Amino acid sequence: MSKLKSEEEYQKTKAFHFFRWLSGSKDPYLGRVEMKPQKEYVEEETTIQERMWEKEMIRDKVYDTEHNKWLLFFRRFYRIMAVVFCIILAGVLLFTVSYLPPTGNARNPDNNEVAARYIENGMQETGAVNVVTGMILTYRAFDTFGETNVLFIATCCVMIMLMVEDAELKKQEVKNDRRYEPKNDAILQGVATVLVPIIFIFGIYIVLNGHLSPGGGFSGGATMGAGLILYVSAFGFKKTQRFFNEEVYKVAKVSALCMYGLIGIYYYVMGANGLDNHIPLGTAGDIISAGIIFPINICVGIEVACTMYAFYALFRRGGL
Amino acid sequence: MREQMEFVQNFPCFSIMLCMFAGIISSALKGKAAKTVNRAVLCINIVMSAAVLLFTVETGEFYVYVMGRFPAPWGNELRVGVLEAGMALFFCIIMLLSLTGGRHKLAQEVEEGKHGLYYILTDLMLSSLLALIYTNDLFTAYVFVEINTISACGLIMIRQNGRTIEAAVRYMIMSLLGSGLFLVGLCMLYDMTGHLLMSNIKEQVTALHLLSLEGSYHVPLLVTIAIISVGLAIKSALFPFHAWLPDAYGYSTVSSAAILSSLVSKGYIFLLFKIIYRVIGFDVFRDSKIINVLFVFGLMGMVFGSLSAIKENDVRRMIAFSSVAQIGYIYMGIGLGTQMGMVASVFHVLSHAATKSLLFIAAIGLTDVSGGSRNFIELTGSGYRNRMAGATFTVGALSMVGVPMFSGFISKLLFAQAAVQNDAKMLPTLIVLGISTILNAIYFMKTVIRIYTPVEDSQYPTVTWRDGKRYAVTLVCFIVLNVILGVCSQPIVDLIGAGLNMFA
Repeated sequence: MSKLKSEEEYQKTKAFHFFRWLSGSKDPYLGRVEMKPQKEYVEEETTIQERMWEKEMIRDKVYDTEHNKWLLFFRRFYRIMAVVFCIILAGVLLFTVSYLPPTGNARNPDNNEVAARYIENGMQETGAVNVVTGMILTYRAFDTFGETNVLFIATCCVMIMLMVEDAELKKQEVKNDRRYEPKNDAILQGVATVLVPIIFIFGIYIVLNGHLSPGGGFSGGATMGAGLILYVSAFGFKKTQRFFNEEVYKVAKVSALCMYGLIGIYYYVMGANGLDNHIPLGTAGDIISAGIIFPINICVGIEVACTMYAFYALFRRGGL
Repeated sequence: MREQMEFVQNFPCFSIMLCMFAGIISSALKGKAAKTVNRAVLCINIVMSAAVLLFTVETGEFYVYVMGRFPAPWGNELRVGVLEAGMALFFCIIMLLSLTGGRHKLAQEVEEGKHGLYYILTDLMLSSLLALIYTNDLFTAYVFVEINTISACGLIMIRQNGRTIEAAVRYMIMSLLGSGLFLVGLCMLYDMTGHLLMSNIKEQVTALHLLSLEGSYHVPLLVTIAIISVGLAIKSALFPFHAWLPDAYGYSTVSSAAILSSLVSKGYIFLLFKIIYRVIGFDVFRDSKIINVLFVFGLMGMVFGSLSAIKENDVRRMIAFSSVAQIGYIYMGIGLGTQMGMVASVFHVLSHAATKSLLFIAAIGLTDVSGGSRNFIELTGSGYRNRMAGATFTVGALSMVGVPMFSGFISKLLFAQAAVQNDAKMLPTLIVLGISTILNAIYFMKTVIRIYTPVEDSQYPTVTWRDGKRYAVTLVCFIVLNVILGVCSQPIVDLIGAGLNMFA
């Protein structure tokens, strides 16, 4: 014999909540998520007139293809020639590729002593189980230092473009920051709480294991940067700035790059002058092994994570 | 173990790394400190490059510097000869002068907070130029071409107005197209030879070329040479690919314009020289038909660049278009396909770099006393209002036209001498050289006459050299450099010849 629940008791059960949601009589997000109605865009009379006038001017003077037959012809000619040129270039390149040695052939010119030494002696000479990491961070360390600086200078250029210098403007930016997005989104915050630590730990794992397994500073740093971006999107810049503000960013970036540079220059000069390198290689397979690769991977990881976050922050609000 | 190296031999590596460190550390510094760091680095680099130059001249041979524990082809490597060290020295001097001369404009035109970023860009730009000069590895060259491209975009757009942003976007698109073609060419070379090191590629290419008449690599080799040449020609603004140039040079802040015109495009041309001599081999390059294409483009650039400059009514853009003509000279010299032609081209790289930065820096002094306007009408009589800048501009103009005593004369003389050695190309070269000189004279003399035409009671103030001592000293240094290139040319030409012999 079943026991009938009273109305009050029933309202506490999950079934009640579920059916209420199903019937649509109450929206669970109402009052919890901030939703601002979008302001209708109203254009003033004078700006409309100005715009129309400019448009007409431009149409009359510049793009009047009806009277200016030459322009019409030029436009068509330009489009056709652009397509023809691209097709010709693609054709020439494809034609050239057909003459190149086939992929995967053992007798190809690129299967020479260079590749052989990387594969056969890579582990003994660099101490890295992951040959690719050994190659880019030990054999060709100079290239990779250049590559890291490409990221650095790209951030500088984005700063020139988007950095908001004026303090007044900055205040305004912060006010407007959340105009187009819901504030304190419960779902995003819940997911971020769970995911961000996992993403971070995974990123650190990729960086630290760069010389043992696939990965390294670049991929691990990108993962950590993604974690930071997720955190910012969920909790906002105010909370992020408690542990990652412009000062921290500068210190992290400069110290990582300087560390890399110092290790690099020590390594180049010692190698070039035939002096002994005092950084031990350790046992291949250990976490702390592989000489300069381990610290360099950490530096690259920090730099890449900083760059990813800086790009996001600069594009979003023009400052870190 | 390798034999013990002299301490001087470390300097190329030190100078590249020093520039990078300066850039990195400047990102944590304020604008003023970054400026001091930048100036110190440039001075140290001048000293170090001079030491390396003396060392290589003394030993009379190049040396190879292994970057790390593993010798090339496994590791990276620098290769230092007379020409490399000389170019590095020259580039550092020009950069120091350009930055000093344009400093007061930088302060006016760029936001206060972004001065630090400007010096980061110049530091890294210098490091990439030095690396392009010294490297013996094609892929390292590509990495530093990337740094060079990005920092050049930054240098253009740091003065933020509509024209510079548009110019930077245009520059970026064209320049990335050039980088892309260079990368495709590099990949094909790697596929054919299996090496990225310049010396090893050259061995393989020479072997391939001997077989190539019946071998299967004839087509890819030709396409590779074409793609790499065109890619670098786009980046250095050879005539039909120069659309990005006038805006980029004309509207950016003056130091940027001077650096871009006299260093960035020259860096790519120097890379092309290296590729011709050290990667593909001069004979293979000459035997390919690509050299004739470069020759024709060079001749066309010499004429059309000057014609565009004559039409221009804005002094900065006029100087920019004159660059197109001068780049045409350089490619014409390459196109002659003789050792003498190459020497003339290298000399013209030096002469044009010295003169063009001088013209940009001097022009800014003239426009400053004309109310900031760059139109010719406003410039009337400005040579009297700022005598120092007027005199310097005149020197630059005379040098560009090719008056004896100045550097431009020597390069024209060398081009003419080189043309005589090549029977087939002699006549077109000499004719176009003559036409181009006349056109040069038209627009430069027009400007000089304009700035020395007296005006009755001008509304603009008169400036003496005491008002900008640093600026005046820079202008004097530029004039001295130009006259040195023009008067003591023989030792420099000998050094270039020795350097090119070391290349081969």
